[in-house]
Amino acid sequence: MDEIPYDVKPHPVTGVYNAKLGIWLFLASEVMLFGALFSSYVLLRVGADTWPHGYDLLNVQLATLNTAVLIGSSVTVVMAWASLKLNDLSKAKVWLWLTVVLAGVFLVVKAFEYGAKFEHHISPATDNFYATYFTITGLHGLHVIGGIIAFLVLLIRGDKMWQDDSEHFTNRVECCGLYWHFVDLVWIFLFPTLYLL
Amino acid sequence: MAESAEEIRHHIAVYKKVGLALAALTVVTVAASYLHIDSVAMTVTIALFIASIKGALVACYFMHLIDERAIIYWVLIITAVFFLVLMFVPLLSEADSVGI
Repeated sequence: MDEIPYDVKPHPVTGVYNAKLGIWLFLASEVMLFGALFSSYVLLRVGADTWPHGYDLLNVQLATLNTAVLIGSSVTVVMAWASLKLNDLSKAKVWLWLTVVLAGVFLVVKAFEYGAKFEHHISPATDNFYATYFTITGLHGLHVIGGIIAFLVLLIRGDKMWQDDSEHFTNRVECCGLYWHFVDLVWIFLFPTLYLL
Repeated sequence: MAESAEEIRHHIAVYKKVGLALAALTVVTVAASYLHIDSVAMTVTIALFIASIKGALVACYFMHLIDERAIIYWVLIITAVFFLVLMFVPLLSEADSVGI
């Protein structure tokens, strides 16, 4: 079976390995996806006669906790990559597990937030504010789940991948890390936009 | 990026500092929201300014954009142009509704 070229060494034309260019192109498409939702939010908010303040309706304390959790997970995933660069697989796996745990905590906190709304019969159909809130945070939550799956694959198959080609495995962690930092970055803008304005 | 062990250890120290800075800026964001400034434009500006600093820290240090290849910068520049166009669509719609 032919191997995919330049999955470890940089491509002579681009200067980066192919997967890295691929993940950045994917993230570019993600910017447009979330950009479309932000744009819709601005359109609805500017066009509305009245629009509630997020801090009056949403739980700012839980969202602040989730912001700290995601920032923490960004640190842990970059520490996993750094550990692999230092040839320490076992430490990298600990950092990756911590990332998965923090991502899980984020989802649990989000579930509590959603649950409190559903208990009060509040749903995306309630009004435009909640429609945008549930749509954007829901899509972001799906990205968190996607990240958890990617990290679990790396953790479950990590030993074999590391044995087969340690540099390739390090690059895979770097690409998943780039995706995860993007998920964190989206939340950094979602948090003030939805909760604090 | 083929860094030495020494360089990676330097990176790790930077990651920890950036993590702390992000946590501190989160506290500042929440504290600023309690000011309840009357001007909506000022509130939005402050919130997005702090979020932009946090975003820049994540992009520059965690995503290594501070030391990346030109092709990645070009991908992001093109994305930024299209993103700005997307953000101006509501403005065009608003201008249309008031007959400009």
